[in-house]
Amino acid sequence: MGAVAVGIAGAMLMLSEFLGPKHFFREKMEPFECGENQIVSPKQRYSVRFYLIAMFFIIFDIEAVFLFPWAVIFQQLGMFGFIEMMIFILLLGVGLIYVWKKGALEWE
Amino acid sequence: MITLPDLVETVVKIAFILGLTIGFYAPIIGWIERKQSAVMQDRIGGNRAAILGFTVIGLFHSLADAIKLIFKEDFVPRGAETALHRLAPVISVVPALIAFAVIPFGGTYNLWGHETRLVIADLDVGVLYVFAIASLATYGVVIAGWASNNNWSLLGALRAAAQMFSYEVAMGLTIIGLVMFYQSLSLVEIVDKQENFYHWGIIWHFPAFILFLTCAIAENKRIPFDTPEAESELVAGYFTEYSGMKFIMFWTAEFLEIVTISALCVTLFFGGHQIPFVTVSGLIDFLGFLGPNGANAAAMLIGVAVFIIKLTLLIMLQMSIRWTLPRFRYDQVMKLGWKMILPASLIWIFLVGAGILTGVMPAV
Repeated sequence: MGAVAVGIAGAMLMLSEFLGPKHFFREKMEPFECGENQIVSPKQRYSVRFYLIAMFFIIFDIEAVFLFPWAVIFQQLGMFGFIEMMIFILLLGVGLIYVWKKGALEWE
Repeated sequence: MITLPDLVETVVKIAFILGLTIGFYAPIIGWIERKQSAVMQDRIGGNRAAILGFTVIGLFHSLADAIKLIFKEDFVPRGAETALHRLAPVISVVPALIAFAVIPFGGTYNLWGHETRLVIADLDVGVLYVFAIASLATYGVVIAGWASNNNWSLLGALRAAAQMFSYEVAMGLTIIGLVMFYQSLSLVEIVDKQENFYHWGIIWHFPAFILFLTCAIAENKRIPFDTPEAESELVAGYFTEYSGMKFIMFWTAEFLEIVTISALCVTLFFGGHQIPFVTVSGLIDFLGFLGPNGANAAAMLIGVAVFIIKLTLLIMLQMSIRWTLPRFRYDQVMKLGWKMILPASLIWIFLVGAGILTGVMPAV
């Protein structure tokens, strides 16, 4: 399935490479910036909030990774497993509240 | 040991799924998007593209678009990372194509002594597979934005990355309740457990369905969560610098993601191919007058048709949402993800756990 999918994607890419006109001149090759020449390069520093979001993603996704195997055998574990996991979720909930109160989820 | 019938079966199933997704749903969604918006806004919608005078209520517009864009100039801007710029649409479209592999689109049927389960790969961790593959699409978006050497593209890619990360977490957590309920990560097993109508996900997990659908729309970057490609702010977001077939590839990827996520939703909440109050074996018995093979084949066709109908209805629901709600502001999108859906899904996990332990929810 993967091979077929890559094949289709590759074929689509090739089609556009070979069909279609090709006329190059300098102004056209400029990256689009509403008709102006590019004023600032995009290759520079950007807001630190995006890094923060990536870090929260890792923390909470690992939480989800722990939850999935627990959820599969939840009914065998019974009350013990339930209380254990609720303590775990509570700790992460405290983490979420901390992040929230620190203002890391605010965008202005 | 792979025998010849198994190989033929797998090839037929792959061909069917690729035909269904890329050959049927990708153009049809383009058509639904045009025509449904026209109906909702009291317009006529595209109705001019014709083959030999037949317009078929505008269905050929998708085909015309595809042919037009194939013959458009393929364009890489100055200063772009050429190789990555070419690679990005491939990375977007391939995960969208292969994520469908674990989703069952029918039951088990016995045709001419050959047992067939209508799913390409029955993985034990089907749910996790879909999430893992779907999250690979983030790479395509980020690489597209970075490689274009364009400010709009980069901003769009950053927004897309942060948004997809945020909603992926929430989406994973909304499913936990269902996994606790069905005690399985295999989509085939989950569908089989929904043979009893009273065990359908939508009946016991309606709040999870609402949360999941919201996350799914955000993950697919559809309106009202389409800030990464908001055309009034960022031109076209991360695919501003793409033209011709590469542009189609991004759109195909987006449409296929809608199909895949809707199919996952049908599988988890709406019982996949199951018809309420009718079991697969009951259906085969009922069709017994067609002979054993005929009954199985007819039941298979009915199962696949039911699955496709459910899938189409869910896609049309997402389209209605798309044409009803205005776009959120970016800070509102992030606020919804982290401050509402994430805590709500954690609370839902607690409620499901308590419900199962106290016997309010049935043990499946």
